[in-house]
Amino acid sequence: MIGKMKRAALVGVCVLLAAAMTGCGKKSGPAAELTVVNYGEYLDPDLLEQFEEETGIKVHYEEALTPEEMYTKYKSGAIEYDLVCSADYMMKKLIEEGELVQIDRSKLTYGSNIGDKYWKFSEAFDPGNKYTVPYFWGTLGILYDTTKVHGPVDSWDVLFNGEYAGEIVMQNSVRDSFMVALKYLGYSLNTDNEDEIREAQQLLIAQKPDVQAYLVDEARDEVVAGNATMAIVYSGEAYLGHEYNSDLAYVVPKEGSNVWLDSWGVTKHCDNMDAAMQFLDFLCREDVAMTNFEYIYYSTPNEAVIAALSEEEQADETLVPSDDATVNCEVCTQTDEAVTELMNELWKELKAE
Amino acid sequence: MSKPRELNKRTLVASPYAVWVLAFTVLPLIVILQYAMTDAAGHLTFRHLFEVFSPIHVKAALFSLEIAAGCTVFCILLAYPMVIAMRHLGMKQRGFSLFIIILPMWMNFILRILAWQMILSNNGILNFLLGKIGIGPLQIANTPAAIMIGVVYDYLPYMILPIYTAIMEINEDLIEAAKDLGAGSFTVFRRVIFPLSIPGLLSGIVMVFVPSMTSFVVSDILGGGKLQLIGNVIEQEFTTGNDWHAGSGLSVSLMVFVLIGMAFTSVSKTEGKESVIW
Amino acid sequence: MVKKLKDHLARIYIGIIALILYAPIVVLIVLSFNDSRSRVTWGGFTFDWYVKLFSNRQIKEALVTTLLLALGSALIAVLVGVPGAVGIHAMKQKNYKLFMVLTNIPMLNADIVTGIALMLWFVHFIPLGFGSILLAHITFNIPYVILSVMPRLQQMNVSIYEATRDLGAGPVYSFFKIILPQLSGGIISGFFMAFTMSMDDFVITYFTKGAGVNTLSTMIYGEIRKGIKPEMYALSTLIFLIVLIILTVVNKVSGQRQKAKYHVDY
Repeated sequence: MIGKMKRAALVGVCVLLAAAMTGCGKKSGPAAELTVVNYGEYLDPDLLEQFEEETGIKVHYEEALTPEEMYTKYKSGAIEYDLVCSADYMMKKLIEEGELVQIDRSKLTYGSNIGDKYWKFSEAFDPGNKYTVPYFWGTLGILYDTTKVHGPVDSWDVLFNGEYAGEIVMQNSVRDSFMVALKYLGYSLNTDNEDEIREAQQLLIAQKPDVQAYLVDEARDEVVAGNATMAIVYSGEAYLGHEYNSDLAYVVPKEGSNVWLDSWGVTKHCDNMDAAMQFLDFLCREDVAMTNFEYIYYSTPNEAVIAALSEEEQADETLVPSDDATVNCEVCTQTDEAVTELMNELWKELKAE
Repeated sequence: MSKPRELNKRTLVASPYAVWVLAFTVLPLIVILQYAMTDAAGHLTFRHLFEVFSPIHVKAALFSLEIAAGCTVFCILLAYPMVIAMRHLGMKQRGFSLFIIILPMWMNFILRILAWQMILSNNGILNFLLGKIGIGPLQIANTPAAIMIGVVYDYLPYMILPIYTAIMEINEDLIEAAKDLGAGSFTVFRRVIFPLSIPGLLSGIVMVFVPSMTSFVVSDILGGGKLQLIGNVIEQEFTTGNDWHAGSGLSVSLMVFVLIGMAFTSVSKTEGKESVIW
Repeated sequence: MVKKLKDHLARIYIGIIALILYAPIVVLIVLSFNDSRSRVTWGGFTFDWYVKLFSNRQIKEALVTTLLLALGSALIAVLVGVPGAVGIHAMKQKNYKLFMVLTNIPMLNADIVTGIALMLWFVHFIPLGFGSILLAHITFNIPYVILSVMPRLQQMNVSIYEATRDLGAGPVYSFFKIILPQLSGGIISGFFMAFTMSMDDFVITYFTKGAGVNTLSTMIYGEIRKGIKPEMYALSTLIFLIVLIILTVVNKVSGQRQKAKYHVDY
C-alpha cells in the first residue's frame, strides 16, 4: 500500500518535473542533452520524440551496426556517449575497462517491471546488477522449414550429421559459429580451454562443405524464401521469419545454446545522471516498453508487457522463451583477449579452407 | 616540350590538391602506419607488416587478386563494345548517355546487391525464368561465379565512363580518313580508336582494379561468405578481432604491394603522356 | 545493308548491358509495391510504402543530408581535383608519379581503414558531424575526378594553349577558353562518379559521422538486421523515376540545340 502511494507520488513528481522542464527548456536556452548509442532499428523513433516532449531532454541518437563498431567509435573518443545499449559481452568489457558508472536501481521507478529472471541473467556479466538495465533478450537457435525436414529437429546434430548437406545457412560471425559448435560438443560457450576451441573449429571445418552459405542479416530471408532448409538465427529473427512464412519453426536445441541479453549502461562521460536515469526509467515504463516491443518484436524482460500479451503470444517460444528452453543456455561473457584472438585466427583458417 | 618553365608554373594550380592530400591522405596514413608498426603495448614491431605472408593471408590476398583481375578483364571486354556501339549510334550527347550508365548506381549499393541475391538464388528470379523455358535450375548463388557477376556489375560503369570519355572525343574525320585509306572496321579500332582510348582505359583499370582488391560486401552476400577476401580479413581484424595493429599492418603491406604493382602502369602512363603531347 | 546490321547489333548489345545494369533496379521497383515487410515474400500490391514515406521525418532528413553531402562533396572534389589534375599533368616524371600514387591511396585502402584513420585524425581538431563527413567524402571523391580528367589532359594538344599564350592571352583566359572546354567530358563523368561514390558510402560515413546525423546509407545498413523497410524501396523508385523524367525532358530540349552547336574536337 505504502509502496503504491510512493510510486504514485513519484509519478506525480516526475510528471510535474517533466512539465516544468519542458516549460523551462522552451524559455531558457538549451535544456539537458543526452547522447545515446544503440543498434539500428532497436528503438521506436516515435518514442524518442515522446521522451523529448515529456522531459524536455534533447536526445542525440546514434545507431551502430555491431557491438564492435560501436566499441571502436566509442573508444576513439570521437563521440562522448552518455548511454550505451549493447550486447552482454560488450557490456562486460565496458564494465571491466571502467567505462560504465554505477546505476542506483532503486531510483528507477519502473525498474521493478523488469523480471527477477532477467536481472539474474545479467548477473553473468554484471554481478550485483550495478551497471546495466536489461533491454531485450532472446536465444540463438535453428529456424527451419517444417515442410522440408524429415525427422525431428531438436539437436544441433542436424547441422553436423550431413543429412541436410547444402541446405544449411550458418552465421557469418566468429562468436555465433563457435558457440554452436562448442555447445554441440558439450562444452561451455565461454570456455577458455584451447583444446576445446580447436575441437570446435575442426567440427566447423568438417561441416563447411555442407554449408550453403555463411550469412548474417540475410540468413532468415534465405529460409523464408525457401533457398535453404535451416539457418542459425536469433529468436527475434525467427519470430519475423514465422510471420512471413508460417511453415517455419524455431527450436533451441536440447544441448543448450546462447541466451543473449542487450542492456543499457551509463558511461563515465555522462555529466547529467538525472537525465540518463530518466531515460532508463522511461524505457522501463509499461506503456513505453509496450510500444517499443510492438516495434521490435524481440523478447522483452518487461513483465508488465508480457502480462499484457495474448495467450497465443505468451506461448510463442520466439517471443517469450520458456524456462525449459533456456535451461541449458548460457550468457556469453567471453571477453578474454587471448581467446578472442585464438577464435579469430581459427575462424580465418576455417574460411581459408 | 618547348617551354618547360611555363609548364612548371602550371603545376602551381595543383597546390590546393597538394594541401588536401597532405591533410587528409598522408597524415591519416601516418596514424595507420603508427598502428601497423607497434604492438598493443606501444612497442615498435614489424611483426604486423609481415603477417601478410602467413599462408591464410596469402591465400586471401591471391583470391582477392584473382577476383580483382578477373573483374577488370570482364569490365574491359564488356565496356569496349558498349562504348563503340554508343558511338556508332551517335549517342554523343554526353550528359544523357552518361546518365543512363550512372543512374542505376544511384540506388543504394546494398539494396542493389540484395536484389542480385534475389535474382540469382536457387529459388530466385533467374531460375524461375529459366524454368519457364525448360532450363535449370542453375546453382549460381554462393559460388565464385556469383561474386564475379556482382563485382563486374558493381564496377562496370567505372570502366565504361573513362573509356567513353576518351573515345567520344576522337574526331570523326580521323576515322573517316582511316576508312578512306582502306582500313576495315577492325583495323580502324586497332590502329585508331584503341590507341587513342588508352589513357581512358588506364584510368578505368585503376578505378576498377584498385577498389575491387579490398571489396568484400559482394563476396559476403552473393558468395555466401564461404570464400575469404583480404578485405574480409582486414575488416575482421578491426571489428571482431579488435586488433587495430594487425589490421593496419595488413592494410599497409597490401597497399605497398599494389602500389609497387601499379608502378608499372604508371610507367606506361607517363610514356603515353609523352607520346600524345608531341 | 551492312550499316543496318551493325545498327541492330549495336542496339542489341546496348540492350543487354542495360538489362544487366537495370535488372536489380526493376526488382527494387517491384519491391516498393510489395504489401509485405519481407523482401522475399509477395504480399500483394500496395501504395502504402509511398504514403508512409511521405510521413517519415527521419527518411526526409537523411535524404536531405545525403543529397547535400553528395552534391557538396562532388562539387568541391571537382574544384580541387580538376586544377589538381592539370597541375599534376604538368609535373616532372618523379612528382607526377608520386602524386598519382598518393591519389590512389584513398581508393586502395579498405573503407574501414580509411574510415578509422580519418576518425582518429578528425578527433584532434573538429567535432564529428556533417562537416567531418563532408571532408571525408571529398577525400575519397577527388581521386575519381582526377582519374577522369587525366586521360583528357593526356590526349589534349597543348600547342593550342601555347599558341593562344603566344598570341598574348593570359594564363587564366587560356585556361578557361582552351583547356577547360576540352576537359568538360572528363569533368562531367568525374563529377557523377564522385556523386555516386558519396551516395553509396557506408563505412567511412559511419566512422566520421556525429550522433544524430544520418545518411540514407547509414539508415539502410542499420535496417538490414531487422529487414530493410519497404519505404526505402519506395524512395529509391521515386528518385529513379524523377531523375529519369527530368533527364528525358532535358535531353529532348538540349538535343535540338546541340545539333546546331559548333563542336570543337581539337
